[in-house]
Amino acid sequence: MLSRVANSIYWLNRYIERAENVARFIDANYHMALDIPDNASAQWQPLINTTGDHELFEELYGEVNRENAIEFLVFDRNNPNSIYSCVRAARENARSVREYISSEMWEQINTFYLMINAAAKETLMDLPHKIFVDIMTASHTFIGITDSTMNHGEGWHFGRMGRMLERADKTTRILDVKYYILLPSVEYVGSSYDNLLWGALLRSASAFEMYRKRHGRINPRKIVDFLLLDPHFPRAVHYSIITAIISMNNITGSPRGTFANKAEQKLGRLLAEFNFASLDEVFEIGLHEYLDQTQTRINGVGSEIHEVFFSPHTIDS
Amino acid sequence: MRFDRYETEGFYDELFDEQNQPRGGADVLIERINALPETELQRRQKAAELALLNLGITFNVYGNDAQIEKIFPFDIVPRIVQAKEWENLEKGLKQRITALNAFINDIYNDQKILKDGVVPADLVLTAEGFRKPCIGLQPPSGVWCHITGTDLVRHGDGQFYVLEDNLRCPSGVSYVLENRLIMKRTFPTVFDACSVQPVTDYPSRLLEMLQQMAPDGVRSPMVVVWTPGIYNSAYFEHSFLAQQMGVPLVEGSDLVVHKGEVMMRTTKGLERVDVIYRRIDDDFMDPKAFRPDSMLGVPGLMKAYSKGKVALANAPGTGVADDKAVYAYVPEIIKYYLGEEAITQNVPTYACWREDDRKYVLENLDKLVVKAVNESGGYGMLVGPHATQAERDEFATRIKAKPRTYIAQPTLALSRVPVLVNDHFEGRHVDLRPYILYGKDSVYVLPGGLTRVALKKGSLVVNSSQGGGSKDTWVLNASGGGSPESPIQDQSQEE
Repeated sequence: MLSRVANSIYWLNRYIERAENVARFIDANYHMALDIPDNASAQWQPLINTTGDHELFEELYGEVNRENAIEFLVFDRNNPNSIYSCVRAARENARSVREYISSEMWEQINTFYLMINAAAKETLMDLPHKIFVDIMTASHTFIGITDSTMNHGEGWHFGRMGRMLERADKTTRILDVKYYILLPSVEYVGSSYDNLLWGALLRSASAFEMYRKRHGRINPRKIVDFLLLDPHFPRAVHYSIITAIISMNNITGSPRGTFANKAEQKLGRLLAEFNFASLDEVFEIGLHEYLDQTQTRINGVGSEIHEVFFSPHTIDS
Repeated sequence: MRFDRYETEGFYDELFDEQNQPRGGADVLIERINALPETELQRRQKAAELALLNLGITFNVYGNDAQIEKIFPFDIVPRIVQAKEWENLEKGLKQRITALNAFINDIYNDQKILKDGVVPADLVLTAEGFRKPCIGLQPPSGVWCHITGTDLVRHGDGQFYVLEDNLRCPSGVSYVLENRLIMKRTFPTVFDACSVQPVTDYPSRLLEMLQQMAPDGVRSPMVVVWTPGIYNSAYFEHSFLAQQMGVPLVEGSDLVVHKGEVMMRTTKGLERVDVIYRRIDDDFMDPKAFRPDSMLGVPGLMKAYSKGKVALANAPGTGVADDKAVYAYVPEIIKYYLGEEAITQNVPTYACWREDDRKYVLENLDKLVVKAVNESGGYGMLVGPHATQAERDEFATRIKAKPRTYIAQPTLALSRVPVLVNDHFEGRHVDLRPYILYGKDSVYVLPGGLTRVALKKGSLVVNSSQGGGSKDTWVLNASGGGSPESPIQDQSQEE
């Protein structure tokens, strides 16, 4: 397939996934903040940190409160990672590959964009849950439509690989920031606050129910284990990397466990790391350090993907 | 809502005759619409508009906030063309395109028609669309203009006339297909009752025609659509056609000439391209052959083309026959190559480089439409009766300075169709652009085409850039149409 088209499909999936994750963060946080009245505004700073855009936020708004945090993360056109900007970028990418994706996919992205474009701030502040659910549903619908209307060929695999890398990255970020906010509250262990805060962390990854089924009681280490190392939970980092490499192998035609280029090599190494990681080791290295390394390695895979598949190499004519 | 109070106001109306009675074939439609519950038609119009918005069939409004996108305005009342009438138009269009193709081929090869003095050589060789690098080219099967969208208008006399030939990169066919889709969704039973000729197979026919053009020896040709990019106003159409044909949509940067062949850059390296349906002007295709400053082009493309390594639709250079000065000679061109009289007429045209014509034009500027020969899309035009004295004076000066660049035509009373305006119907002027595919062995005319509507009351300008919209065009099946009693048919049969 055309390199340009592969690039657009990869990014359009990353952007949709990013928008969904931002919606998840805000929704979970909003509800958590409602439960902790004294400390409400303090909960918004880590949220801004999660996205990695805290410097831009400071420049644009200064102080953090609920209103401007939501404005920044949902609507702000100057924030390239706001939900609005992500959906718009996804749509621009989709528009440039409309002929390649299915009409149904395009229609879903377009409707998604029109919904965000029409969403008014006022109603959002009043009824926040609805729009975030709508955003998550729109993203899930897009994935479902993609899976059932597009050939599961090269283009589809580029899309899924993009989505999985984005998801792995976002899950490490949410885990990183939240863990350090929540850790000082050890005295709450076993209290209702504790359950509340950890519950919010799980909920922002739609992981609450699945965690319960897998591990039962709330336990910080097990939560880290679940979100980082679980090979079956679809938002866990490990799961995302497993799925990403399946797509990568499909694109290159390499047998499992081998590689044909640098991108595949780096992704394979990252998978090996997760296949053989243990929670004790993670904490030995330090959770923050471990997550930071993982993010850097995911970024490295991303750059190699660009280099190998998307860059227009110069050709002597 | 009903048509009871609808008035044709002395114009030729596509759905009603002079007595405000439905024309043959339109009666079923009118009856069905009249039978709809009050406000139902408006509801369906809104539903259709929403569907277009969700489908993303929009164009960007320039000069506004980048976020503003508008749908190409669409009116829900279809235009009806009766089977017999269409049959005649189809014949006329096929005749015309066959002659024009022969003309283009002749101009770039033997130039017999110039040597025989049928068309003045200096007119042709100075035409804006004439391309020197095309001299001596022999496109596969001698076909130059594979895809054409001829603009027709119907005058008050009930006759169709050819307004422009559009032999380069005619656009709009995607709207024909999408309008039809929307109409079938919104009016399934009416559509069914009217027995309409299908347009949906256009992309298959287009693909088939493009595949036929592949260089000799290529068994499963790689066909691509070439777009200038996402910011082109017709981008939606480029993408739509590529999607419907299931072929890649490429931009200039995706293509490269490598060892004399045209290749595209893929995730697995370079892949050969055999046929290019290009939606980019001649000038920008290859900076080595045409405009050297083109950023969109592919250096070396023309060389590969002239060696038969790749096929282009349309061939470069077809614009020479789009020149309005050449247009004036189309009846002679038809006669010269085919030995036939033109079936579908030109609008009577005064050529300002002929002294008698110029004199007449300058004396009658208030009655005529003056057009610059190299412009299209409604630009560079003077509509005499609607212009101010100052505007007319300015055109008079321009005509005297550069007579070669102007033609003039009588102001036509374009036919009208009813459109939905709030809670009632009003007549609006329309034109018609059928699409023609010139294949290796046969010529195909898409039944119907794009009916463009001047949505502003009284306006004659149908261009989408200037307040035009569109309608679905229903060409009826011969058996399903109404009684063939309308006056136009009598006229066309007299020919």
